[in-house]
Amino acid sequence: MCGIVGLFLKDQRLEPELGALLAGMLGTLCDRGPDSAGFAVYGEETPGRIKLTLRVPQGFDFEALLRRLAGVAGALLKPTIRDTHAVISVPAAKESEVRAELARIPDVDVVGSGRRMEIFKEVGRPDGVAARFALEKMSGTHGIGHTRMATESAVTTDGAHPFTTGPDQCLVHNGSLSNHNAVRRELARAGIRFATENDSEVAAGFMTWKMRQGASLQQALEASLAALDGFYTFVVGTESGFGVLRDPIACKPAVMAETEKFVAFGTEYRALVDLPGIAAAKVWEPEPAQAYFWARH
Amino acid sequence: MAAADLATTSLRELNAALHRLAPDSADLHWRVLNPRGEHAIAAGLTAPVTVEIDGHVGYYCAGMNQRARVVVHGNAGQGVAENMMSGEVRVEGDASQSAGASGCGGLLVIDGNAAARCGISMKGIDIVVKGSVGHLSAFMAQAGNLVVLGDGGDALGDSIYEARLYVRGSVKSLGADCIAKPLRDQHKGEVHRLLDAAGLGNQVDVADFHRYGSARRLYHFHIDNVGSY
Repeated sequence: MCGIVGLFLKDQRLEPELGALLAGMLGTLCDRGPDSAGFAVYGEETPGRIKLTLRVPQGFDFEALLRRLAGVAGALLKPTIRDTHAVISVPAAKESEVRAELARIPDVDVVGSGRRMEIFKEVGRPDGVAARFALEKMSGTHGIGHTRMATESAVTTDGAHPFTTGPDQCLVHNGSLSNHNAVRRELARAGIRFATENDSEVAAGFMTWKMRQGASLQQALEASLAALDGFYTFVVGTESGFGVLRDPIACKPAVMAETEKFVAFGTEYRALVDLPGIAAAKVWEPEPAQAYFWARH
Repeated sequence: MAAADLATTSLRELNAALHRLAPDSADLHWRVLNPRGEHAIAAGLTAPVTVEIDGHVGYYCAGMNQRARVVVHGNAGQGVAENMMSGEVRVEGDASQSAGASGCGGLLVIDGNAAARCGISMKGIDIVVKGSVGHLSAFMAQAGNLVVLGDGGDALGDSIYEARLYVRGSVKSLGADCIAKPLRDQHKGEVHRLLDAAGLGNQVDVADFHRYGSARRLYHFHIDNVGSY
């Protein structure tokens, strides 16, 4: 089953409320995917720096980590710690050195990176996961989220969505792909790295691969219509916006709403009912096999 | 008029109250406020009640309807009026996929567009869509009428039995065993009756419609048709 939400703000004044709105949407879709949840939020950018989202065990010693990273990247700001995840800001020029150092620490996984994207996911009921990470206090321009009912791979944190395979890029998926093993092998040969056996990660990898070749998100979405076989509704986030794609059969539900202030996606309309001004919103079902994309100006 | 506010009344309470209504009940006009996209609102009604719903509804609204008249002042999620037996369901906005699925009778009117699989497996229901319908509409349709004022999507009437399909606009493609048929006077009369029932009266020229139906080549297995199954 699974549930997807996405929110793209057009009105800057709503940005401080992004997390609270997204948390409400995610909570409503608990019953579509009670086993795990995740979300990505596109927040403030610091010029010249990259955000790395790390996943660490409970009670992790961040002071020691910072001391260790200072050796390769100079003094770093205090990380923003949210439950099992932490976001560190590192000089863009030092990203590869920091990543190399982090790779030597067995307890630390880099689960996302980008100028603006922060990504959080865990096993558990979605409303509980959102609360653990204090999603309701986050601000940003856009965000996407997912509530998972696992079908294609195990219920693990790694198997939760969103999947990210490139900087500031992430994807959530409702459905199941049938040719993911073949596509994963092709993409792996082309240098895309995968962390799981999950089908949805392959879709994320495919988008990253297309965009690495110069495709826009819109073009990457359109290309996936031919390359990916199976059932899917995708919502994809990038640094500048978010996109939506449904497969041509369109079994997986999808509803969108747009006002002057936001564009929202929900697997069900129920997820959208508490958005401000929803009663006057244009509400419609995205067409099958048509790529939609909204970008920040 | 009775009113139920789903912000304060549970969906189960509302549906139970509607199910308790008898044909001679005092209040046979209900208004439902704050539907908030909930599923199965006003499903399984049997009394000749009018239920007006103020806003968008979720899945299976007015499913299995008998005798009641349900009006949605908004959009409907998938499966609106599925398995309807009699009565009338009207959606003033758009309907998601599988609108009127497997309906045996009654009238479903959609003022906007209907998404994929509108009238799938319809068994006698009449459906009037003022906008367009998505792919695989009237898939395996067995009886009843589907009238579309806009366009038809891909594979219209795939594997159709005996339902009649009337489309005013273009059809992207016809499904297996669905063919264009002549629009005779009896069909024009039928379209007129349905347009009347949908409140369109003489606003639309019935001669503008194209009729589609079954070529009846897939009724029985034939080895030459194996590629079509």
